[in-house]
Amino acid sequence: MTAIQPTLVEASQMHRFTGGARNFAFLVPSSMIFELDETTGTVLDRLQEGPRPPASVAQTPEERDALRELAGVGAVVRQGAPLIPIGGLQEVNEPPPIRTVVLNITNSCNLACRYCYEYGDDRIAEAEVPAAMSEEVARQSVDRLISDSGNAKDLQVTFFGGETLLNWRVIRPTVEYAREEAERVGKRVDFSLTTNATLLTRGISEWIADNGIGVTISVDGPKQFQDSMRVYGNGMGSYDVIAPRIEQFLKLQKRPVGARVTITAKNLDVRRIFDHLIGLGFYEVGFAPVTSSPDQDYALGEDGFDDLLDQFRDLADDYVDEAVEGRYLGFSNLSDLLGEIHEGVSKAYPCGAGLGLVGVAPGGEIGLCHRFAGSGDHDLGHVATGVDDELRAEHLKKAHIDARTDCSQCWVRSLCSGGCYHEAQVRYGDRFRPNLHYCDWIRDWTALGLSAYGRILDRAPGFLHRFEGMLQAARQTP
Amino acid sequence: MKHLAPKNLKARFATEWLEDGGAARATADDPGPHYPSGCTTIFSPGWEVDSTGGTAALCQPMERDLYDCYKTCYWPAQVPDYLNNSPDWHKNCASATQDWREIDLIFP
Repeated sequence: MTAIQPTLVEASQMHRFTGGARNFAFLVPSSMIFELDETTGTVLDRLQEGPRPPASVAQTPEERDALRELAGVGAVVRQGAPLIPIGGLQEVNEPPPIRTVVLNITNSCNLACRYCYEYGDDRIAEAEVPAAMSEEVARQSVDRLISDSGNAKDLQVTFFGGETLLNWRVIRPTVEYAREEAERVGKRVDFSLTTNATLLTRGISEWIADNGIGVTISVDGPKQFQDSMRVYGNGMGSYDVIAPRIEQFLKLQKRPVGARVTITAKNLDVRRIFDHLIGLGFYEVGFAPVTSSPDQDYALGEDGFDDLLDQFRDLADDYVDEAVEGRYLGFSNLSDLLGEIHEGVSKAYPCGAGLGLVGVAPGGEIGLCHRFAGSGDHDLGHVATGVDDELRAEHLKKAHIDARTDCSQCWVRSLCSGGCYHEAQVRYGDRFRPNLHYCDWIRDWTALGLSAYGRILDRAPGFLHRFEGMLQAARQTP
Repeated sequence: MKHLAPKNLKARFATEWLEDGGAARATADDPGPHYPSGCTTIFSPGWEVDSTGGTAALCQPMERDLYDCYKTCYWPAQVPDYLNNSPDWHKNCASATQDWREIDLIFP
């Protein structure tokens, strides 16, 4: 006769963190966050060593209550229960509507940033810009966006480059055309662009401000840093050109303007860059580590990434202190993360590429996003003929987080979802591969975000209201 | 619930749903699946050089540099005389990557 195996229970995957004296748990993959009281903490502590019979886990009526609650939200499960897949869009029968189109309106750039493969001419050619999107292709892109947007009311057109403003003459008529066409069918279009600020003349700045175009400026910080990497073709630094233009633009522009900083080994001083750019009048500053091979002298090695995380941690501490005072510190990497944590997003896909967003190359080829646009193999169609929905559905099927076995045990999978397709394509020659080379960094960064979230919950919970509605507004309603 | 306090929006939603016996699920409050938009969450990894330090695997290939030899920039290659004789030499080539074959020979 075989003995009946007792039912064992175990804690499901979670990340526990604190805020002051309070204890929280981030549950995986639901992304729910609960505050634990002493009893639930005790019950979970007992499960740290592995599965145990329920009777030994919850020894008092109070603890049995706590265990029931934990089981109710999926924090404790029967031993061997399968990992919960991240649902939503599990079956992609019909790809969701396109809400955002990123137009690569020019492939040219007037800067020759040392970390950029692109090399531009160093004078402004206003009369004619080569390798540029024509007005006709831009109009077709707008038509395509509107016709493929289903019931979505709020659409987004982003102008991208190269240096976007080199093709200024296409931006203006495209904005006007998109507004008219959208209005005819009862939709709204929001516009944004990214620029290096070299061409932000007074006239262009005024038009951008008057038309409510959102702007991100690529800039590396103080003169020393800006001029070491962001240079013209002849090696001249660009700081003295952009600084007065940024200053003038920020005075005119009505929407908040963010700065995008590329972090390399040569400018690894987050605080100094941040203070400088906020001092110039930017609302937010976001940092992106440079992608490069380890043998470049500006590459961020493993030490560099560790250093970067430490510096982010310091800035996050200040962010929390400011939040407690009811002020906002414009560290946008952290704000973005806190927004997702507060919402509790659980993503089946790492980004919007091919989902609600596509990129269009200057010639009209549609790609997964602006990085893939015009890259041939990855095209999803052409603005003249439309998006190939079969290709899109195939992409969405292969890219789903549940199809990525490497991610299946990772506790940040519901927030990261495998990372950038383009980065994976570059690294591994396969856009569906998770970006395993920065997993540790992303986990540490997410833990940092949860730590900041816990401290804000403890000291200034009201601050988090600012994130409510942020993602709902952006959510697509198919 | 008395031992667990929901903190983020997802947890609040789930708690209401649990306490309501699941009925809230069917209401308009259901947030539905989350569709990310824009780039990856954490940071955009940059688009400068590829993992080998080269440019071949970048999102936009090298051919686009053709136009960087055009106009005022020095580059060790030649492009037609666009000032006087061949102002339209590139007009069949909106995207150098795709259409470079369309550029014909120019005889001065």
